[in-house]
Amino acid sequence: MTEPTPKVIPGSGGATPAGALTDPVPVTPPRSHWRDVWDQFKRHKGALLGGIIFLLIVLAVFIGPFFWSIDATYIDIRARNQGPSLAHPFGTDQLGRDTMARMMAGGQTSVAVGITAMALALVLGSFVGLIAGYFRKLDGPLMRLTDLFLALPLLPLLLVMVMLFRGSLNQAFGPETGIFILIVGAIGITSWMPTARIVRGDVLALKEREFVLAARSIGTTNTKMIIRHILPNVMSPIMVSATLGIANAIITESALSFLGLGFPPDFPTWGRLLFDAVDYLQQYPERVIWPGVAISLTVLSVNYLGDGLRDALDPRIRGR
Amino acid sequence: MLTFTIRRLVLSIPTLLFISLVIFLLLELAPGDPTAAQPLTIPPEVRERLREALGLGEPLHVRFVKWIVQFFWIEPQVLLDHLFGTSFAEGKQRLISWQTRSPIMDIVVQRLPQTLWVVGLSYVVGVLIALPIGILSAYRQYSIFDQIGTFVSMLGFSVPTFFTGVLLIVIFSVHLGWFPSIYDTTLVVNSWDNFMAQLRQMVMPVFVLALFNAAQISRFMRASMLDNLNQDYVRTARAKGLSERVVVLVHVLRNSMIPVVTVIALGVPQVFGGAIITEQVFKVNGIGQLLITAIQANDLPMVQTLTFIFAVLIVLFNLIADVLYGVLDPRIRYD
Repeated sequence: MTEPTPKVIPGSGGATPAGALTDPVPVTPPRSHWRDVWDQFKRHKGALLGGIIFLLIVLAVFIGPFFWSIDATYIDIRARNQGPSLAHPFGTDQLGRDTMARMMAGGQTSVAVGITAMALALVLGSFVGLIAGYFRKLDGPLMRLTDLFLALPLLPLLLVMVMLFRGSLNQAFGPETGIFILIVGAIGITSWMPTARIVRGDVLALKEREFVLAARSIGTTNTKMIIRHILPNVMSPIMVSATLGIANAIITESALSFLGLGFPPDFPTWGRLLFDAVDYLQQYPERVIWPGVAISLTVLSVNYLGDGLRDALDPRIRGR
Repeated sequence: MLTFTIRRLVLSIPTLLFISLVIFLLLELAPGDPTAAQPLTIPPEVRERLREALGLGEPLHVRFVKWIVQFFWIEPQVLLDHLFGTSFAEGKQRLISWQTRSPIMDIVVQRLPQTLWVVGLSYVVGVLIALPIGILSAYRQYSIFDQIGTFVSMLGFSVPTFFTGVLLIVIFSVHLGWFPSIYDTTLVVNSWDNFMAQLRQMVMPVFVLALFNAAQISRFMRASMLDNLNQDYVRTARAKGLSERVVVLVHVLRNSMIPVVTVIALGVPQVFGGAIITEQVFKVNGIGQLLITAIQANDLPMVQTLTFIFAVLIVLFNLIADVLYGVLDPRIRYD
């Protein structure tokens, strides 16, 4: 047990009979919930390492371009197809663009897509889960809807959605913003269901607890009840879903780009870089390795982070 | 049990109808025009008649009902005719692909064996790898084997199949030259050499998918074993002097398999979906690759039918998983 039970000194009543009635005073200050979670999280070496690596990747991708000044779209046709060198640590591609700059630019898109799509799926899923768990009348229809979404073939539908809406969104928002909105929206709409199910289950259990009854007895409205009392208590499963959601979104985006139905070629993402590199597999196999390792490392670190977070947030495991 | 199965079967009909409606409406928004590939010189009225010939002149609901009838009524009749030599479907309009102008189901039937061989075999191999790993790492929890197993399975579902596939191609096809990087579907197996060639070209796609499946299933197996290993009945079995082997492999394993079997059943449709990517990597011309080419060619009837087949698989295997759970676990009563 890492969590020390507060040491108790009996009240200093002594001789007076009323002494037995004085409350014991804890000598150690109370520990906050998040402090406990952090202590448990620290013990999970894989999760800690995963978190650090994920942070490093995000920093490298977003801050790196300030130090590495070659533009990702700058074409230097004389320096094409070069291997790793001091001027181009990751080499250059078939048009002489610097692979390191492209990896950073691609990483920005991939990580941004992952985080935005995760946020969208999380908001949708938590909303549906909270509403379905809290309002009994909506439970049936919303859960049937969730089941229907779970029965949809997601990857084929994602491909179809990208094919159908790419043109119109490109016209409305421009080619880059359009495809970004499309992919984030498509991934968000097709991956909220697990979160909704988990949140609903937790809300159903919470609703029967005494503190909810107490809050209701002092006249708390439904909105206040959900925001003040229910939502903070279902934050743990939501946070675990968030980490797994990032991993899932990054993989899905890369898969779409890999199938040639994601981002356009001049707008690099890790998946797109991998897809482009496959054509040169025989001559320059290292070009496949960079984006592939980037995707795998990011997803692996996020998954480990999620694993540790799940253990840390579960009060039954904590302290073991 | 039977009433439950029948009830679930009946309930899955509206689900499937709803899914087909969703897919149909989604495709209805498609901006692409199937006559766009024709030369610009053909007059507009001819173009209009071309569209009508493809069945696009009718209003929305008529086309939807037509599709439903063709898929659920006429195509099964074609199958019956093929099997028993009857002639139910003679002269009836079948589902036609815009791309090839041939019946969709014929193409699907041509493509299905490749997918089934690669996907089916990889799932079987994946399960066969996953179960022993899951059992061992649960039995020796926190041992080195368990730690390595955990790491490998984490790696297995973190590294996307399109990267493992490409990596294997780089190593084994480009550098070592052991296996071909492209799956040759025209290969006819009629001699030992052909059989070895078939085996060689299947090794990599099967291994990629198997690793991915094994990663997930072994986690479930481990968790399920751990749940059971501390139960009272295990202590009873040990106390009455059964050997450790019997305790673990008979008593614990049988009880742990119940949730794992349903997970295996639930995973089958996902594997078909995931195979789309693997088929693309290794150029296997299965139904996943068919879907991709249909999407790129704007062949809407083909896309609709294939997507719906994937949906049918999901609903079917959900049903199988539910029924299996009831059959295997006598504590569960659905009635």
